[in-house]
Amino acid sequence: MARFLIKRIFSAVLTLFAVSVLTFLMFFALPRDPVSGMCPKNCNPERLERVRQELGLRDPLVTQYAGYMKGIFTGRDLGSAQGGRCDAPCLGWSYVNNEAVLDTITRVLPVTLSIVIPAAILWLLLGVGLGMVSALRRGTWLDRAAIGFSLTGASLQLYFVGAVLLMIFVYNLRWLPVPSYTSVFDNPVKWASGLVLSWIALAFLFSAIYARLSRAQMLETLSEDFVRTARAKGLAKPAVYGRHALRAAITPVVTIAGLDVGAALGGTVITETTFGIQGLGRTAVEAVRAGDLPTIMATVLISAVFVVLANVLVDLLYAAIDPRVRLG
Amino acid sequence: MDRSDPAPSGEPDRPSVPEQRSGEDPYLRVNDLRVRFDTSDGVVRAVDGVSFSVQRGRTLGIVGESGSGKSVTSLAVLGLHEEKRTTITGEISVGGRQLVGLPEEEVRRLRGRDMAMIFQDPLSALHPYFTVGRQIAEAYRVHHPKAGKRAARQRAVDMLGRVGIPQPARRFDQYPHEFSGGMRQRAMIAMALVNDPDLLIADEPTTALDVTVQAQILDLLADLQAEFHSAIIMITHDLGVVSQIADEVLVMYGGRAVEHGSVEQVLRRPQHPYTWGLLSSVPSLHGDADADLVPIAGNPPSLINLPSGCAFHPRCRYADRNGDRSRTEVPQLRPAGGPGHLVACHLSADDRTRLYAEDIAHVGVAR
Repeated sequence: MARFLIKRIFSAVLTLFAVSVLTFLMFFALPRDPVSGMCPKNCNPERLERVRQELGLRDPLVTQYAGYMKGIFTGRDLGSAQGGRCDAPCLGWSYVNNEAVLDTITRVLPVTLSIVIPAAILWLLLGVGLGMVSALRRGTWLDRAAIGFSLTGASLQLYFVGAVLLMIFVYNLRWLPVPSYTSVFDNPVKWASGLVLSWIALAFLFSAIYARLSRAQMLETLSEDFVRTARAKGLAKPAVYGRHALRAAITPVVTIAGLDVGAALGGTVITETTFGIQGLGRTAVEAVRAGDLPTIMATVLISAVFVVLANVLVDLLYAAIDPRVRLG
Repeated sequence: MDRSDPAPSGEPDRPSVPEQRSGEDPYLRVNDLRVRFDTSDGVVRAVDGVSFSVQRGRTLGIVGESGSGKSVTSLAVLGLHEEKRTTITGEISVGGRQLVGLPEEEVRRLRGRDMAMIFQDPLSALHPYFTVGRQIAEAYRVHHPKAGKRAARQRAVDMLGRVGIPQPARRFDQYPHEFSGGMRQRAMIAMALVNDPDLLIADEPTTALDVTVQAQILDLLADLQAEFHSAIIMITHDLGVVSQIADEVLVMYGGRAVEHGSVEQVLRRPQHPYTWGLLSSVPSLHGDADADLVPIAGNPPSLINLPSGCAFHPRCRYADRNGDRSRTEVPQLRPAGGPGHLVACHLSADDRTRLYAEDIAHVGVAR
């Protein structure tokens, strides 16, 4: 198990390194001058040249990359125009936002986490629950209702569901305030009421896939020989379904869930845009639009970290669930 | 529907137990069992009026091709069929208790305690995510709720040792994939026997194993039977297995019993052309090594639309000997020669004796 863990973490680090190099190359080595994109008008050549110097764009690529990485791990000096000393983890300075990229990130990352984590819990419970119930009640009205629900969820788009939810609960019934972000540590009630619609919208769409997946998995597992063995032992139904069948059926769901959550943490652009909340996703899109290189770099890297972390987590969970995986 | 009544008048009440030892009632008694599944293609009559009984300490072999109803019969005894889509009628009496119609919860309490089952493929029949020991201990604790974890573990380790698994305490914590095929089947047997069941049903327990391991497992079952004095039903398509372990044999075809008798009777003086076919398709150790094996022509019948009359008639070489009878009339189990030997065939006793001697005897399996 320890060896498995070390191997997995090592390969994760390698992946992150590759992603950072690729991102760096893509944005800093493109033929287009990134600086001119940052201020399309009113920029005299002297100012552009100064920015280039400050960004280190005149240095060789390797030096630039080393500097960037050094900033992340030990911090570095960016010069007075970029806020001076930048402590680790330094992600650079954004001329567009006129602040350290790290400050932007620490502001918007909790927003995305606050949207994705509760939504993920909700969609997993709802999706897996529905899937299990409809598998065990196969062919009944309950099963058909669950399938109908999941088909609806799978065919709808978030901006539509979000808009409908907003219209009903915020503008017509006025049960909820206009969505906004408040830190959960400042006011948990306000935090929840400001985000609950985004959770519901995401959960509705995602749980659809999970309901179908876990229903199919459960049905397949129920026809397995070991489930029959469990019954032949004289185990009661809750133990047969809960302990023996569910454990085997849940494995693929765990995989998909890990990947989905990892991807969602990298930014839920449409959700954030629909509900007018500034999270990592919107920040990334705006940075791309503005050609804000340091911010783009940071958001891409953070998304990559989430995806890689989620993958490692999935592998560990897998090994915890299925002893046969530990051999590999 | 035709009843294949097991008891023609004049015969003792339970002719299905040949050479019955006097003084002991059969532990399992199945009478006129019928199992039907409702499917979208129609009603599958998987078992259609089968009767047999087994005493403690005795072994009944149920033989037949796939789809003959042998596994369905055993699953019905344990009540493992899906309730909604299955109709079971007839009698299944285990230790004097009638199981057909009993609430699921009561059957569940008997399962694993009074009657247990060994399945064909121990790799898929054991849960891949739990240790072997835990699965055995779990089987023990279901029926001994007062037993602590440690007691259950001790019991499981004892059982693993008893079925011949070396270092049972260490093997307890291993997973099924860390066991070899033979060891897995031993573990499966340990799990089935952990509660000292009086009835053990083994559904092709050696089919997934190689031949040397097969023999070991059969020996083990025989030893354990001597020790635990349980009734065993051995479901198999392998007449070699039957000859090794069974006391009596029930041959099934198309959901019905076609021949029933002691091992001696059925293997030495088989009466039904289907049994002849089974015997001719098995190589014999003592026979001519160059002799051709004779497969039974055709395929097992569809259980949704069974051939009229004798279900075996489309594949039977002798079906025309009685005019249309084979096609129109379902043969009933009738006494055939020896005491307790029953056969469901329209051929006359003389015909059967002569045809067997002429066509079959020289290629058949001899013990």
